[in-house]
Amino acid sequence: MAHSLKPQKVENDIRNFGQWFEDRLPLGSFIKDGLADYPTPRNLNYMWNFGSLAGIALVLQIVTGLFLAMHYKPDIHLAFDSIQIIMRDIHWGWLVRNLHMVGASFFFIVVYIHIARGLYYGSYKSPREVLWGLGIIIFLLMMATAFMGYVLPWGQMSYWGATVITNLLSVIPFFGPEIVIWLWGGYSVGDPTLSRFYAIHFVLPFVIVAVVFLHLWALHHHKSNNPQGIDLSKADDFIPFHPYYTVKDIFGLGVYLIPFTFMVFFLPDALGHPDNYIPANPLVTPAHIVPEWYFLPFYAILRAIPIKELGVLAMFASILILFILPWLDRSPVRSARFRPLFRPLLVLFYANFLFLGYLGAMPAEAPYTTLSALATAVYFGFFAALPVLAIIEKPKPVPLTI
Amino acid sequence: MENTPNNHPPSSLLDDDAPIGNPAAERRQLLINTTTAFAVAGAACVAVPFLRTMSPSRATEALATVDINLAEVPLGSMKTFLWQGKPVFVWHRTPAQIATAKAQDATSTMQAQPDAERVQKPEWLVVLGICSHLGCVPMQGGKSDGWLCPCHGSQFDLSGRVTQGPAGKNLDVPPYQFLNETTIRVG
Repeated sequence: MAHSLKPQKVENDIRNFGQWFEDRLPLGSFIKDGLADYPTPRNLNYMWNFGSLAGIALVLQIVTGLFLAMHYKPDIHLAFDSIQIIMRDIHWGWLVRNLHMVGASFFFIVVYIHIARGLYYGSYKSPREVLWGLGIIIFLLMMATAFMGYVLPWGQMSYWGATVITNLLSVIPFFGPEIVIWLWGGYSVGDPTLSRFYAIHFVLPFVIVAVVFLHLWALHHHKSNNPQGIDLSKADDFIPFHPYYTVKDIFGLGVYLIPFTFMVFFLPDALGHPDNYIPANPLVTPAHIVPEWYFLPFYAILRAIPIKELGVLAMFASILILFILPWLDRSPVRSARFRPLFRPLLVLFYANFLFLGYLGAMPAEAPYTTLSALATAVYFGFFAALPVLAIIEKPKPVPLTI
Repeated sequence: MENTPNNHPPSSLLDDDAPIGNPAAERRQLLINTTTAFAVAGAACVAVPFLRTMSPSRATEALATVDINLAEVPLGSMKTFLWQGKPVFVWHRTPAQIATAKAQDATSTMQAQPDAERVQKPEWLVVLGICSHLGCVPMQGGKSDGWLCPCHGSQFDLSGRVTQGPAGKNLDVPPYQFLNETTIRVG
């Protein structure tokens, strides 16, 4: 925005407080331009609800987390019991904790759908590469936050999950083992680990909020993509965000809250693991150790390669590869609607991702290990095929207007 | 920006004119108002459990009473017990001290209350050890033979009644009952 150096006429009568304040800090017009009047493509479908849903899920995690933090004790002797006190003694503590637990799972469901939508409609392509990359950063921060949050109840899954995941870093050449000891603050996962994980678990959501602001800034700079994936220029291609999309998002929120509250009240532990209600025991590893469900596809990739270093590398690469997706996919057509080869390939990719999640939950034995290797090959094969696809694919005619 | 800050163009979508007389607009306004009202009521209902988590927990509430063995307090001495995290002074008064406390009925004018109303049995004075000024724990002594608050100098007599400010009220008498001759239950 160009800076105007012309003297502005300002309201100096403080009795006209709204205008007086606005002329000193234009907060009202910032909200009005950014949220109310923000021009939004008029053809967005329900897949576009998941961005704002993710924002609401983040706020819910922060609010419930704040109230849990008032009762939780980050000490290996007190942590497990403090969760039980929250569940039994604190008035409504069970509700706040169930909201936080189920909220974490639903946050990931929403974000996975949000990412899947971005893949389908080519929302990662120019000029939205930075918007997409910021989204991947948010996803990584979410994974770190969720992982450390799962350690806090100090149950068996907390302890052994923390042990396994932190040991991943031991593959770092030369300094790996030293880095892991530094991360633990001891020679195994212990009290210092729990305290620092709690501190980081508390602060990371606010880092996420900051990156979300950058994500929205990048979004508003080029406006939302749309199901046709074409650039919009006509004024009547757009409608103001308020009231059209505020109403649609609130309606979507209502639909979302039905399964969400059902889980909170009737199946709060369905997505967790019963072993986490056994206090952490450094001497006994549970027979079948699995991460939280939202990590399972990546866990399957980790186990698919029977060489430690390569497995860890593949797991990190499976997420990091999303950063370079805008340059792997050279096709000028954004929306999968007009890409006869990309579309079935992407559907296969989705199915394969779900299949990886299933494999991650299975024990590491035949035939699951072979299938994991196969599914991992399909996962990376999708990305490898994209540059070729852009050359051999003949897109359907793309409409010039919505 | 062409528009000066004082010249905001009205948004046709946001700033509907008063809908009076236009049935469609009136209907819409009614729907907006009722929806908003229900949303606010819903938000208030959701806020209640969150705010309630900050109340004393069930475990804390369960510690609402404490039994005190009076045999622990010899004649003429005072002992402090803990009830709900607060100090409770139990003073086993001698006949001479009881007589002084009765005589002090005449001097306790700031919150006049006879000694007989502050005790169930004259030899046992049970008061909360919390200064009615700003909550410090008074110490024995002072010019009224009772307690003296180290924080701001309030004075209390042999019945725990304030005789000098800044405190304006007597030391509170907690609810208690004699379970038998040697045991009281506070709370």
